[in-house]
Amino acid sequence: MTQKIIRLSKLDKFYGEFQALSQINLDIQTGEFFSLLGPSGCGKTTLLRAIAGFETLSSGSLHIDGVSMDGVPANKRPTNMVFQSYAIFPHMSVAENIAYGLKARKLPKAEIKASVAEAINMVGLEGFDDRASHALSGGQRQRVALARALVLKPRVLLLDEPLSALDKKLREQMQSELRRLQRAVGITFVLVTHDQEEALTMSDRIAVMFDGKIEQVASPQILYGKPSNRKVAAFIGMMNFLDAKVLTTSGDNVEVEVQSLGKLTLPLAQATGGLNGCNSVGVRPEMLTILMGSQTSEREIEAEVTEVYYYGDMTYYDVKLPAKEDPITVTMRNTAGREVLEVGAKARVGWSTSSLLLLK
Amino acid sequence: MRGKIGFFRWFIGLFLLFLYGPAILLPVFAFNTSSIVSFPLSGFTTEWFSVLLTNGTLHVAARNSLLIAITTAIFSTLLAVLAARASTRFSFFGRRSIMGFVMLPMVLPEIIIGVSLLVVIIQMGFELSLWSITMGHILICTPFCIAILSSAFMNLDKSLEEASFDLGQTRWNTFWLVIFPLVMPGIIASLLIAFTISLDEFIIAFFLAGTEPTLPVYIWGQLRFPAKLPGLMALGTVLLLVSIGLLLIADFFRRRGIRKTGIENTGGFL
Repeated sequence: MTQKIIRLSKLDKFYGEFQALSQINLDIQTGEFFSLLGPSGCGKTTLLRAIAGFETLSSGSLHIDGVSMDGVPANKRPTNMVFQSYAIFPHMSVAENIAYGLKARKLPKAEIKASVAEAINMVGLEGFDDRASHALSGGQRQRVALARALVLKPRVLLLDEPLSALDKKLREQMQSELRRLQRAVGITFVLVTHDQEEALTMSDRIAVMFDGKIEQVASPQILYGKPSNRKVAAFIGMMNFLDAKVLTTSGDNVEVEVQSLGKLTLPLAQATGGLNGCNSVGVRPEMLTILMGSQTSEREIEAEVTEVYYYGDMTYYDVKLPAKEDPITVTMRNTAGREVLEVGAKARVGWSTSSLLLLK
Repeated sequence: MRGKIGFFRWFIGLFLLFLYGPAILLPVFAFNTSSIVSFPLSGFTTEWFSVLLTNGTLHVAARNSLLIAITTAIFSTLLAVLAARASTRFSFFGRRSIMGFVMLPMVLPEIIIGVSLLVVIIQMGFELSLWSITMGHILICTPFCIAILSSAFMNLDKSLEEASFDLGQTRWNTFWLVIFPLVMPGIIASLLIAFTISLDEFIIAFFLAGTEPTLPVYIWGQLRFPAKLPGLMALGTVLLLVSIGLLLIADFFRRRGIRKTGIENTGGFL
């Protein structure tokens, strides 16, 4: 039985009339890398700041390590935060920044010095001790912010969009470094991000949020493979949607009438969010194939290519199905011998019933 | 195109001449032997400066002015720090209108402030003293200090305070360890502005002076005696040099603060 480091129950947050968080119930396990994912304004940062102690709850409860945080100010909580702007103190050197929290705890000088040196090593900033913090690059500021928080050995490290200010290459490098760091220190990380790719590659579990509510909490694989509704499916990666109507259920199967694809029988398990209110079928672009020559598939359908996006390793096709107005997307790996179709070409699109999800 | 540039050069040249020409004449006549302020110059002397050294009334007036200016600078800046901090960090009922009223003395005619303060102080039965002048000066200087410090506090990233709090520091220590050092350039600018405004303020000082004149009031009194004019020129020269020196010192500290913190240079006095 894994332990729960953070327990949120029935948490509400109002700003005047506006409800920023509504009925949040969430458990975060000790030692996991947990992400709060959602579009901007969905309340994910508010939730993180509530855990840190910068926002007071309108109602509900928040426990960290089994202790209620009701009335506990941010400076007394076992959490530390890496801010989006990093919030490096500009008038202090790298070492002074990292020592800041240790000095607040009034630890002996020698101990502070040793801890700071260790933290500087941990984030790979050796030799930068006396560097003025305003003379650092974005990536280095990020490392200082991490070291400054981790040196205090918090129970939970909160990260507010820590990679959004970095360029693409550095961001990818910091992603793997954050992951490595989290494994090394074993501290629970809670990351806020609007970047689904970032969340998928780094997290053990992800909570997807929309409009102040948590829609689904799951591992990256389940979130991508079995999203519980259309909103989540559309936010995580690409997903094609076809209108669908549930006809009858019999045992573990459900019979549905799907736009363009006709009458189908699907296992009940493919209705990932339950059968209630299901009105569409979703299928990932990579689950579809453009069939060439004598290639066959479990099922196939005639379509017309309306747009081609060539990416080198991949080609993205927009294809129009009969009886569906908007085109759907098919992605193909450009393996040896595979030709790239042109706009207007007829294509046979191969698919299988097992890759369809019944969604509401 | 060329003609346009030529015009602007002339315009700027004339503008600078009009601005600084009269001030440059001060030292010229301060070293002139004749007691009549007119060209041609009659000879070189430092006599007028030695007169300054022995003039007791002048020394008292200068001491009064310095005392008032320093007290005013400290109190206005102190009040302005509190006001700027409150208005930039907290939102409370009537914030805008309160700030509006606080800033009003900046545009209120000084003569009105002077007269009304005089009436109130006399009616309340207080003696006119250096304190009454100082109070008047704090009233008119505080809005300027608030304007300077508001921008200093506004430029401060709010997450710096939160970071300090998050790292376990108290709010009180956060102010002294993080906020105060970062708004230091603003505080120095505020002290300096209040000091210079108070030092050469005349109208309020004139109304509330009682028996203890400030330097501007003393200078105004001396202008009635033509023979004293070269001495005033020498005094003016000294004040000019002191002002320039003060500006240089203040700007040095401002630049050093910027270098140390890496805050964007938003332009200073020099």
